[in-house]
Amino acid sequence: MHRYIPNTEADSKNMLQSMNVESIDDLFSVIPKELIFNRELDFEDAMSEIEIKKHFAEIGSKNKSINELTCFLGAGAYDHYIPSIIRHLAKRSEFYTAYTPYQPEISQGTLQAIFEYQTMICNLTDMDVSNASVYDGATASVEAALMAVDNTRRNTILVSETLSPEVRKVIKTYMGFRKINVKEIKMADGVIDIDILKDAMDKDTAALILQNPNFFGIIEEFEEIERLIHSNKSLLISYVDPISLGLLKTPGELGVDIAVGDGQPLGNSLNYGGAYLGFMAANSKLVRKMPGRIVGQSVDADGKRAFVLTLQAREQHIRRYKATSNICSNQALNALIASIYMVTMGKKGIKEVAMQCAQKSHYAADKIIETGKYKLAFDKPFFKEFALVGNNDVSDLNKELLKHNILGGYDLSKDYENMDKNFLLCVTEKRTKKEIDELSSALEVL
Amino acid sequence: MKGYNKLIFEVSREGRFAYSLPKSDIEGISIESIIPKELLSDREIDLPEVSEVDVIRHYTLLSNKNYGVDTGFYPLGSCTMKYNPKINEDMSELSSLSGIHPNQSEETVQGALRLMYELDSMLSEIAGMEKMTLQPAAGAHGELTGLMIIKAYHDKNKDFKRTKIIVPDSAHGTNPATAAVAGFDIVEVKSDKMGAVDLESLKSVLSDEIAGLMLTNPSTLGLFESNIKKIADLVHEAGGLLYYDGANMNAIMGISRPGDMGFDVMHYNLHKTFSTPHGGGGPGSGPVGVKKELVEFLPVPTVEKNGDKYYLNYDKPNSIGKMKNFYGHFDVMIKSYAYILSMGAKGLKEASQKAVLNANYMMNKLKDDYNLPIEQICMHEFVLGGLKDNIHDIATLDVAKRLLDYGYHPPTVYFPLIIDNAIMVEPTETESIETLDGFIDAMIEIAKEAKENPDILKEAPHNTPVRRIDEVKAARNLILKWKKE
Repeated sequence: MHRYIPNTEADSKNMLQSMNVESIDDLFSVIPKELIFNRELDFEDAMSEIEIKKHFAEIGSKNKSINELTCFLGAGAYDHYIPSIIRHLAKRSEFYTAYTPYQPEISQGTLQAIFEYQTMICNLTDMDVSNASVYDGATASVEAALMAVDNTRRNTILVSETLSPEVRKVIKTYMGFRKINVKEIKMADGVIDIDILKDAMDKDTAALILQNPNFFGIIEEFEEIERLIHSNKSLLISYVDPISLGLLKTPGELGVDIAVGDGQPLGNSLNYGGAYLGFMAANSKLVRKMPGRIVGQSVDADGKRAFVLTLQAREQHIRRYKATSNICSNQALNALIASIYMVTMGKKGIKEVAMQCAQKSHYAADKIIETGKYKLAFDKPFFKEFALVGNNDVSDLNKELLKHNILGGYDLSKDYENMDKNFLLCVTEKRTKKEIDELSSALEVL
Repeated sequence: MKGYNKLIFEVSREGRFAYSLPKSDIEGISIESIIPKELLSDREIDLPEVSEVDVIRHYTLLSNKNYGVDTGFYPLGSCTMKYNPKINEDMSELSSLSGIHPNQSEETVQGALRLMYELDSMLSEIAGMEKMTLQPAAGAHGELTGLMIIKAYHDKNKDFKRTKIIVPDSAHGTNPATAAVAGFDIVEVKSDKMGAVDLESLKSVLSDEIAGLMLTNPSTLGLFESNIKKIADLVHEAGGLLYYDGANMNAIMGISRPGDMGFDVMHYNLHKTFSTPHGGGGPGSGPVGVKKELVEFLPVPTVEKNGDKYYLNYDKPNSIGKMKNFYGHFDVMIKSYAYILSMGAKGLKEASQKAVLNANYMMNKLKDDYNLPIEQICMHEFVLGGLKDNIHDIATLDVAKRLLDYGYHPPTVYFPLIIDNAIMVEPTETESIETLDGFIDAMIEIAKEAKENPDILKEAPHNTPVRRIDEVKAARNLILKWKKE
């Protein structure tokens, strides 16, 4: 007997009797003997709650979390402030123990929350339509690339070298299996090299994926690129940090066709990389090419406003092998968290967060450069991340910072040639002047 | 707040706010001095302006319009809506686990890596596989990963003409969709009268163009594919590989293993078999396990152990590559790891036994009022074929909607496609006999209503937060976001 399994021996006996079966084993008699597993699974004995808590305390003690460390690490996951109310609402079990809202009459909570999510993602990005989210920023980029290939009937995707290396790797995996070409556009001084882009564009170019702010935190200049891409009848896909939209020009303002990104900064914990959510928003012409779930507004039998999954004819359970994508889930709970975050921060809060990120990161950059031991890798406007180059190997540097309980920057030599001793620092609104000064002093003596 | 029917945008009032940020302690840096004006947005951000109480009430009232496993019975076939233990949630929220950054150095995340390594080993043991990747975000993502591994295997053998994947006509819709996304052509194979793979039909499609076969066992009809060994031999003799869709693993934990059945690659759904919540549609987690000869193709990084040190292995030249950001849904992994620790070997086996017992009990009680197309002992779920003696021609959908009035989440309907008016019931092991009886009584009562008062079914549901929704209108007159009137 187990605490999660209510039926007792006596219950089982009654149930078996009701169907004239002798034993539970008889129910498995359809399995050929040679396929019956003839030993017990090689596990420890079942643990009580007390034992589980102790076990996890032991596991947790071997991690160093942002509770103990001051985090200056970003590069795809960000230590932003998470309002307390998020946990209280997202942990309501009517939300998290529900299935996909296929029975809309008893799923209006999830459906309305997604409808509001779609609305806020559209408003934040200045785009026309949003889906209900996909796995993460990388898979959102993949799906956007596939949309572009489908829409333009062309077969090459251009990705800027300034796009997150992690995202580029995932794009390459997917496109490789679909025999779609991926061309990488080199950078010049930390931004996409427009001359190389011009040379790379041709009649087979389905889209360019450009991150903004890019992987180095730098704000890319879109005006000329947008003109070039659209005059080539290709699509412009932008990978954006949703927090930056509190301040910077939006994908809509920049003439982007599909905006994607990772929604983690919107109230989701770091969680060692997941679960996060990928958001996707596009202009209205592309709505029927959009993968994943979409919620629409309708009315019920009494004429009352109600919400329902719509455009399902695109999806795998109806279209099977003709589906626009094999995705059959969204990150509903993470999207709910992102929604509650956007609602809580609201019109002014999101702007304030973006301003503080920009101000604090610039203060940090100035302060560290003042030490005389580091300089900016690129002299371009940045948002909340910036690349520095120093005199030490970055992993050595980070080991030293760890002694001061500081989680240091991302080692850029891992992904970029000729970037030894370069690292990417991130400063969010959570950091204080004092913490930044401590980082700077720690870096100064190294 | 009865009948609350507002969108958050309709609650918004100028000047209200709910956020709490410290005043910036950085002075003397104006935005204009650090970012050129032409890069800054000109517009007001159109997000709601609400107070903290507004946010709390809004989402609490929305949650009241939802139905979850904690609300009641959820016999949704093929979805394994078992109870989601609360200790698992607590463990996933420990700051020593939820507060670590994916780009931290390995030395600072040894606990997380150990958890992943041990979960990998435990899942491999349950499946009879050599090694897993925990990276896939969901079942369909796991399928895609698995099929890419199959392709990489054939490509390495320079066996380039294997471009086709066999999928049974009873399969989940994701199977053919995934095969297409992975760049394969699909060959459908028929099921026999008992819902099993028709061996003759299988033989007729096997050739040197077949990359593999995707199969669920127990099948989507809830029946064990007893010919599985023969099927595996046939596919292997033809040079193909066998892919196991782990959707139905809840029937056979500690009882039979896909690896021993002859499967080469498989995925789990941690959100089904291993009790992690479905979250209203995600996040899930779809780890993929493989036999020894396929380990080299797993996505990077795999989690490995060297002495007493855990590390991420990126040095896999034959790997299919990366499938998503970072390492997978770590918080979901934590929950399923805690679940396996709480269950132990005996508990997992008991879970499968009781899941199968519950399903057979219900099937037996419902077969007098509902068609049972295949009368055979079932595994963890069974499929009914609509109402018996259906004189008023009541649709299965109407039965499902009427169940809402009785306070139940309906079973999966109209799937699998090979059964007319299918009603697919999966009770899981976490339900008591009283709960099962309550549902059975409701189903029998509805069958009676179908004869005596058919309109009550056709117009159902009657007492839900909203009534039946006009889905055609939603698709024709697309309203996908709120606009100010």
